Amino acid sequence: MNALLRTAALIDALNEKIGHIACWLVLIACVISASNAMLRYGFNISSNAWLEIQWYLFGGMVMLGAASTLKTNQHVRVDVLYSHYSDRTRLWVDLLGGLLFLLPMVAMIGWLSWPMFLNAYTIGETSSNAGGLLRWPVKLLVPLGFLLLALQGVSEIIKRAAALGGRTSLDANYERPLQ
Amino acid sequence: MIDRELMAPLMFGGLVAFMLIGYPVAFSLGAVGLLFGVIGIELGYFQWELMQALPERVFGILANDLLLSIPFFTFMGAVLERCGLAEDLLEGTGQLFGSVRGGLAYAVIFVGALLGAITGTVAASVIAMGLISLPVMIRYGYNMRMATGVIAASGTITQLIPPSLVLIVLADQLGRSVGDMYAGAIGPSILQVLLFCLFVFVVSRLRPDAMPPLPASARTLQGWPLVRRVLRGMVPSLVLMFLVLGTILMGVATPTEGGAMGAVGAIGLAALHRRLTWDLLWQGMNSTMRITAMVIFILIGSTVFGLVFRGMDGDLWIEQHLMSLPGGVTGFLIAVNLFIFVLAFFLDFFEIAFIVIPLLAPVAAKLGIDLIWFGVLLGANMQTSFMHPPFGFALFYLRGVAPKEVKSSDIYWGAVPWVFMQLLLVAILIFWPGLVTGFVDKPVTIDPAKIEIQLRPEDAVKSVAEPPAESTGSSNDGAAAIERMLKEQK
Repeated sequence: MNALLRTAALIDALNEKIGHIACWLVLIACVISASNAMLRYGFNISSNAWLEIQWYLFGGMVMLGAASTLKTNQHVRVDVLYSHYSDRTRLWVDLLGGLLFLLPMVAMIGWLSWPMFLNAYTIGETSSNAGGLLRWPVKLLVPLGFLLLALQGVSEIIKRAAALGGRTSLDANYERPLQ
Repeated sequence: MIDRELMAPLMFGGLVAFMLIGYPVAFSLGAVGLLFGVIGIELGYFQWELMQALPERVFGILANDLLLSIPFFTFMGAVLERCGLAEDLLEGTGQLFGSVRGGLAYAVIFVGALLGAITGTVAASVIAMGLISLPVMIRYGYNMRMATGVIAASGTITQLIPPSLVLIVLADQLGRSVGDMYAGAIGPSILQVLLFCLFVFVVSRLRPDAMPPLPASARTLQGWPLVRRVLRGMVPSLVLMFLVLGTILMGVATPTEGGAMGAVGAIGLAALHRRLTWDLLWQGMNSTMRITAMVIFILIGSTVFGLVFRGMDGDLWIEQHLMSLPGGVTGFLIAVNLFIFVLAFFLDFFEIAFIVIPLLAPVAAKLGIDLIWFGVLLGANMQTSFMHPPFGFALFYLRGVAPKEVKSSDIYWGAVPWVFMQLLLVAILIFWPGLVTGFVDKPVTIDPAKIEIQLRPEDAVKSVAEPPAESTGSSNDGAAAIERMLKEQK
């Protein structure tokens, strides 16, 4: 169990770092997109590469950030019943949900998306727009994001199991994210 | 073997059951889709290839220019929330309207609408007004329920006023332009503000002690200093509003660009107020990343669900039931709005928009309903999801910042009359579509005779329920083509 908990801590640290990168992408995307707009309307300059980088960054935000969002328990839930559960019940819901809901789904999409990346990589697919970007880096984000999410799912399951076994304590409190 | 007819209702029941368990919605949706996908493949309703469309779908979501505006508007709201704009606006207008009965309530409605036209997040407005206006209202003898109600409702109006995220998401799901959706929401937003003001006016006449005017001693600013105070709040807001809304409505900027410029503008505004710190920026980036990932993953989960649901002919099942409703278009709209009103007790608007709207949109299109009208109507309705006691988000935020002497029951009961006014707006919109379409440049008049030809079920599903992903072009069409092919094969 200790080895498992160490693994979980390692995964947490990894996804925290990657989550940091995802946060930076927000600011970078904003600045690039605002500059694109102003350059286009002010000086009539526009570049497909700079337009495409916007949604590459958006993809990064989502795919790299999802795991760290899971870690901080900020994926929204329907809390009609959940808010009335005891802490132990919540731990069980998260443990079983992780095993039966999260892992199968992310494993399947992640596994199916690998060929999509591989294909784009081997044929060197580029955007159909003039001066557009290579496609494989953004297509790589999909399997990568689901892999990170699967890892984080495993870490959450380990932490829940440890807490249920009384080895560690875990804050099962859930607050709905701000909108 | 289970009868094929039963699969769609079973799957819908599974959706409700899985979500009620309380595991994060995004993955519960995916799990329902996956479970029924396996069942469908086992029973031979469709083939494994259907699932292979998923990665391209996910990629299509990431490549969607419109969804890119979600982080921009969220970031803008997160920065503005902390830069003191709301405070300046509230204090200035509060003093300005203070001398009349219900003056503070008018000020809250006015500022709520103005903040709504700038940011697009309910949390920011409600928290700011709860912190600043609520204590003042209580101190000068406002009825507790009246005070909490007007704050929660005026914060929620952000949902309806452009550039709201709800309208962006609805435009995406309905396959319509955000500019048109924004234009269509202008009339209803103004009407909602007027309805709120009218309510305050009537109550302040019938029960003057419920919202007394501020005593002269509380109105410290008068004359020129007051004007300056008001201007200090108004001018930057109006500039920012033009930068975002003006450029989008005039068609100069896309919503994505408008959002990005707004976010950069908000940072500038924070700097102008000398509140720009690294901490503020980082918190904004952090919460924006998390909200974006959360929202997009709901969409990914519902894509898994939607793909299998259509594989099970769920779209036909829904269509069959909704088309046979009595009362034609009006009957359909009333039923749909009741349904969404009830759902809004349990679900947030993102969940409703991503799960329910794709199921309803093709039917609405078939009935010849203008989708801009339909979208704005649902947007108005979804306002109530923030106001329903006891789960409504706006009430939840207000509870978090309200002074101790405010009871939860006051907040809950205070919300009730305002929910009715939001519903009144929905009712008015059902019978007066002109209020929406009149503001859209080219009102889309749909000739019923043409629909039969143009919108075959597959086309309706494709053009309406799928997010347009122009930049991915060919690859995404490939996925859709596979899906169509499989459906025709079986």
